[in-house]
Amino acid sequence: MFKAIGKQIKIIWSQIVTLWLVFLHLFKKADTVEYPDVQPYMFPRWRGRIVLTRDPDGEERCVACNLCAVACPVDCIALQKTEDENGRWYPEFFRINFSRCIMCGFCEEACPTHAIQLTPDFEMAEYVRQDMVWEKEHMLINGTGKYHDYNFYRVAGKAIGGKGKGEARNELPPVDRRSLLP
Amino acid sequence: MVSITIDGKNFEVDEDNNLLQECLSHAMDLPYFCWHPSMGSVGSCRQCAVIEYADDNDEKGRLVMACMTSPREGGRYSLKGARKFRAQAIESIMINHPHDCPVCEEGGECHLQDMTVMSGHAYRRYDGKKKTHNNQYLGPFINHEMNRCITCYRCVRYYKDYAGGTDFSVQASHDNTYFGRWQEGAYESEFSGNLVEVCPTGVFTDKPFAKNYVRKWDLQTSPSVCTGCGVGCNTNPGERYGTLRRIVNRFNDEVNGYFLCDKGRFGAGYVNSEQRIPVSMTRDSHEADPVQIEPDAAKQALKDAAKGAIGIASPRASMEANFALRELVGEDSFYAGISAKELGMLNSIIDIYQNRPVNIANIKDIENSDAVLILGEDITNTAARMALAVRQSVKNLGRQMGADLNFPNWHDAAIRTLAMDRKSPLYILSPHATRLDDVAKSVHISSAAQSARIGLAIAHAIDNSAPAVKGLSKEEQSLVDEIAGTLKGAKQALIISGTSSMEPALLEAAANVATALNDGDSKANLALAVPESNSLGLALMMQGNEKALEQAMSSGSKKAIVLENDLYRRAASADVDTFIDGLEQLAVLDSLKNRTGEQANLVLAAATFAESSGTFVNYEGRAQHYYSTFKAVDSIRSSVSWLSDKSLNELNAECAAALPHCAELTHLTPGEGYNFAGLKAPRQPHRYSGRTAMRANINVHEPKQEQDENGVMVYSMEGVPAIKDASVFNSPWAPGWNSNQSVFKFQEFAGGPLKQGNQGKRLLENNVKDKPWYEPEIAGDSDNGFKVFPIYHLFGSEELSAFTPAIQEKATSAYIALNPADAEKLGLHSTDGVQVEHNGAVPFILRNSIAAGTVGVAVGLSGLNFRNIPGSIALDKAEDWQSPDNWKAANIIVSDRSAESGKGSAS
Ligand code: SF4
Ligand code: SF4
Ligand code: SF4
Ligand code: SF4
Ligand code: FES
Repeated sequence: MFKAIGKQIKIIWSQIVTLWLVFLHLFKKADTVEYPDVQPYMFPRWRGRIVLTRDPDGEERCVACNLCAVACPVDCIALQKTEDENGRWYPEFFRINFSRCIMCGFCEEACPTHAIQLTPDFEMAEYVRQDMVWEKEHMLINGTGKYHDYNFYRVAGKAIGGKGKGEARNELPPVDRRSLLP
Repeated sequence: MVSITIDGKNFEVDEDNNLLQECLSHAMDLPYFCWHPSMGSVGSCRQCAVIEYADDNDEKGRLVMACMTSPREGGRYSLKGARKFRAQAIESIMINHPHDCPVCEEGGECHLQDMTVMSGHAYRRYDGKKKTHNNQYLGPFINHEMNRCITCYRCVRYYKDYAGGTDFSVQASHDNTYFGRWQEGAYESEFSGNLVEVCPTGVFTDKPFAKNYVRKWDLQTSPSVCTGCGVGCNTNPGERYGTLRRIVNRFNDEVNGYFLCDKGRFGAGYVNSEQRIPVSMTRDSHEADPVQIEPDAAKQALKDAAKGAIGIASPRASMEANFALRELVGEDSFYAGISAKELGMLNSIIDIYQNRPVNIANIKDIENSDAVLILGEDITNTAARMALAVRQSVKNLGRQMGADLNFPNWHDAAIRTLAMDRKSPLYILSPHATRLDDVAKSVHISSAAQSARIGLAIAHAIDNSAPAVKGLSKEEQSLVDEIAGTLKGAKQALIISGTSSMEPALLEAAANVATALNDGDSKANLALAVPESNSLGLALMMQGNEKALEQAMSSGSKKAIVLENDLYRRAASADVDTFIDGLEQLAVLDSLKNRTGEQANLVLAAATFAESSGTFVNYEGRAQHYYSTFKAVDSIRSSVSWLSDKSLNELNAECAAALPHCAELTHLTPGEGYNFAGLKAPRQPHRYSGRTAMRANINVHEPKQEQDENGVMVYSMEGVPAIKDASVFNSPWAPGWNSNQSVFKFQEFAGGPLKQGNQGKRLLENNVKDKPWYEPEIAGDSDNGFKVFPIYHLFGSEELSAFTPAIQEKATSAYIALNPADAEKLGLHSTDGVQVEHNGAVPFILRNSIAAGTVGVAVGLSGLNFRNIPGSIALDKAEDWQSPDNWKAANIIVSDRSAESGKGSAS
C-alpha cells in the first residue's frame, strides 16, 4: 500500500520538475534562428546545390565521362557527350533532376575532373516540381569552385585544341615510328 | 582429360586447351591480354603468369605463362604465387599509359581497366615521362589513339594473320612500337571493325559511335540479328535517348563466333537516317501532296486498301511481317517481291538442302573444312563473314602439321612458323579476281555458266554416275581433275556457291559436287549464299507456288500493298513504272524513303529491326529471332502491328503451323510466360544511369515502362539477365569483367559454345542416302555485245546499309569494270564515261583479271539499275561525260586493278 503511494508521489514530483525546466528555458538563448531573416553559417563542404565548374583556363571542366551519372544512387543525372572540332569532349546537355537528388555527393566524389561540385546553398524549393529539373546552363559557373588548380586536359594524353600530342604534363614528344633506334 | 592441382584444389581439365583457358573455364580470374580464343596464344603480354611446380617436393616452382602451357597429368600450379609478378607486369605496362579513361571510348568496357584492377595495381609510382604517339586517320569506321597501346600485338595478329589484311602493321622498335598503317587512310580489310573488340584498350574504337558516345552501361541492348546479308550474324545493338548508337558482336559459336564484317558493325546507322519515314502519309492522287495521317487512321486506311489488293512481300522483312501480309491479302494474292529467277534459285537451295546428301555448312563448319571450292560467288562482298571463315579453313593444313608433331592447336606462333605458306587447298572459279585470291591454290576466271559446267564436270570426275559435261578445254579438264582429286582426298571438303551470279545451274553444279563427295557415312559441306537477311525465309513462305514479282506486276490488280520493298531494285525500272502507273491504290510500308514509296498513296512508317522483333532465316535455313532494342516513337510501328491486330507471338505460331518446315519457329524464344524467379530478361544493364533525369526535361514524372511485344524481355534494368536461353543472351557482363571478353563466363569452356547452346533453329535438314543428280540445261552465252556479270560491293550494294553515312563514305557510285584491251578497243581514256545500253552513262575501271568480251556491272550502287541490263550489252563512249560526285574509285579495293584505270574519279 505505502509502496503504491510512494510511486504516485514520485510521478507527480517528476512532472513538476519537468514543468520547471521548461519554464527555465523561457530565459535561455534560442537555438533556432529567424530564418530566412537570419541566415545560418554553412560550412564550405556542406552538400547542397550542385554546380559545374570551369578549369583554370576558363573552359568547361566536365568532359562528359558519365561517371557522376553512374555513381548517382537515384540516377538523377543524365548527359550526352559531344566534342568540339579539336576533339575536346564536353557535355552536349547535362541535366540534374533535383527533385530526385538526395545531395549525397557521390557525383562529386566520382568526378575525375573536379567539374561537378556541391555547394553550401540549400535553398532550392520550388512551387512546381518541373522547375527542379536543371540543365547545364543553370549549373555552369564561371569559376573553379573549391578546387582551383586542377586541369584535367593538361594531364590527359588526348590531344585537344592548343595541346598536341606529347604536350601534356610529364610527356615526351611523340616517337618517330619510322626510326628503328630505341 | 587430365587432373591437375591449382592452389591446392583439384581440377579435371582438357589437355588440348592451354592452362589459361582452363583456369578461366573453371571460374578462376586469371588476367590476360594477348590470348584470344579464336587466335590462340603467343605469350607476349606476360600477364597470365602462374607458378608451375616440377613435382610434389618442389617448393619454389618456376614462372610460366599459363597461355603457353599445356596442363600435364598430375601437374601442380599456383595462381596466388605469381600474383606479385602479375601486378609488376601490369605496372610496367601502365608506365606510359595516358591519363585518359574519362575521355576514352573504351572506358567502362575496357579489358585493360579490368585487368589492372584484377592484378592489384592501383596507384602510379613511376613519375618519369610518358611515351607518346601521333594518331592516324584510318577511315570512317575506326578511331586511332595510339597512346593507349599496351603492345599486346592482338591487333596485328588479328588484322594480318586472322583476317588477311595487308595494310596494317607494327612499326618502329624497342618500346617505340607503333601499330598503324604505312600511310594514313581507310583500312582496306572488310573486317577491320573487329579491331574495336580485339584490341583490349582504347586504341581502336568505333568512330561513328564515338561521335555520339555513351558508356556501355548506359546502352539499352537486345539480342539481334544483322540485316546486312543472308549470313545472319548475331549482333548486339545499343540504344540511348531514342537513337541507335552502335552494333557489337554477339557470340554464336555456329554463326559469327567473335567476329562481324564491317557492314554488319557499321552499317546499321540507317536506323537514325534523315531518310527515315517518321510519320505515315496519305494522298488522294499521284500528283497531290502527301499529308500526315494519325497512326490509327493509317492502320484503318491500310485495312481498307487491303480489300482486293495484292500483297508484295520482302526478303528483308521478318517471317512474321510477311506472314501478316499474307493473312491480310489472302494467300492467293500474296507475291514474293523478288524476281522469278531469284525465287527459283532460292527454291532450288531449299530443294538441295533437303533432298541431297550434303551437310549444310554453318560458319564453324566452313572454318573446319580442309579443302574448299568456291563456285562463282564473291563471298567477300555478298556473305562477308563466310569469307573470313574460308580464310581460317586454309590454315587447317598447318594445324594438321602441328598435330602430327604433337603441337597443341592453340600454339599460334609455332603453327604459323611450321606451316609457312603452306595452306589447305582453296579453289575459286569466278568471272573476276576476288579478295580471297591471295590464299587460293588456284583461281580460274570463267563466266557463271562456264563455272557451272566445270562444277558439273568435277562432280562427274569424282563420281562417274554424275552427269558428264562435254566441250571443256584441255586446260579446264586438267583443272577439273586436280580439283576432283583434291576434294576427294580431303577429310572435310566444302563447296560454296550462291545466288548472286543469277545462274541457277551454278547451285545445281555445287549440289552435284557435294553429292558426289558423299561416300555413305561422310557428307561434304555445302554452303549456298543468299542475298538478304530473310531471303530463304521468304522462299519457305512461297513453297508450292511460283508467285514472284513478275506475276504480281502482270496480275492486273489495281491495288497493291508493298511490304518493306523498293521494287526499283527488283525489276527493270520501266516495268515497275508501268505497274505502278496502272495501280489505283499503292500502299507501302517501309522505314526509309525510296522510289517506290514516293509514288504511294499511303505510306506507313515502319520500324526497323532495332525497333521491332521478328524472325529471319539465314542462308543455312537457320531461323533466328531478334528482339527490338528500343521502342520507336508512337507514329512508327512495326510492320506486324500495321498489318495485323494479332500479337507477334500469335502470328509466329500461326506462321509455324501454316508453313511447311517452319514448325520450329515457335521454339526460337522461351515464349510469353518466360521468367526467372518471376522476372523477365532486362534490356538495360543493372547500372543503367540517368533513369530519373533522361526524360525529365519533357516531364519530371517518369513514365511507366514500355511494354514489350513478346513478353520475354522488358525495357528496363529490372530483371534477371537471361542465363537460361541463348536467344535471350544479351550483352555479356560478369563481376570484374566489363568488356565483351566476359563472354567466356557464359561458355561451356573458355572459347567454346554458350552453355545455353547456340541461338537459332535449323528449319531444313536432310537424311538422304541415295545420290540424285541434277542435269541442268546451261544456255550458251550469246555472242552479241559484252557479256555481263554482276559485281557486288560490301559497302553500297545492300539497300539498307547504304543509307548509313559511314558506309556511304566507303561506297562509290555505280560503275562498270572492263578488261584493258576491251577499253582500248572502245577508245576509252581513263577519264571517260561509258554509255551502257538501257541505262545512263557510268564511269569505268580496268581490271586485268576480267576476260575479254565480258563486263562487270556494279549492282545496287547509285546511278544504275542492274535489273535493266540484259545478259549482254553494247557499250559506247559517253558524250559530254562528267563523273558523278559520289564516284570514288579509290574505294574499290581489288587486286587486279590496271594502273591506268579510275583516274576520272572525283576523289
Ligand atoms: S563525373 Fe565530372 S567530368 Fe564526368 S560527366 Fe560528371 S561532371 Fe562531367
Ligand atoms: S584504354 Fe582503358 S585504361 Fe586506357 S585510357 Fe582507355 S579506358 Fe582507360
Ligand atoms: S593497338 Fe591494341 S591490340 Fe594492338 S598492340 Fe596495342 S593494345 Fe594491343
Ligand atoms: S556477314 Fe552479313 S550478316 Fe554477318 S555481319 Fe556481315 S553483313 Fe551482317
Ligand atoms: S595471355 Fe598469356 S602471355 Fe599474354
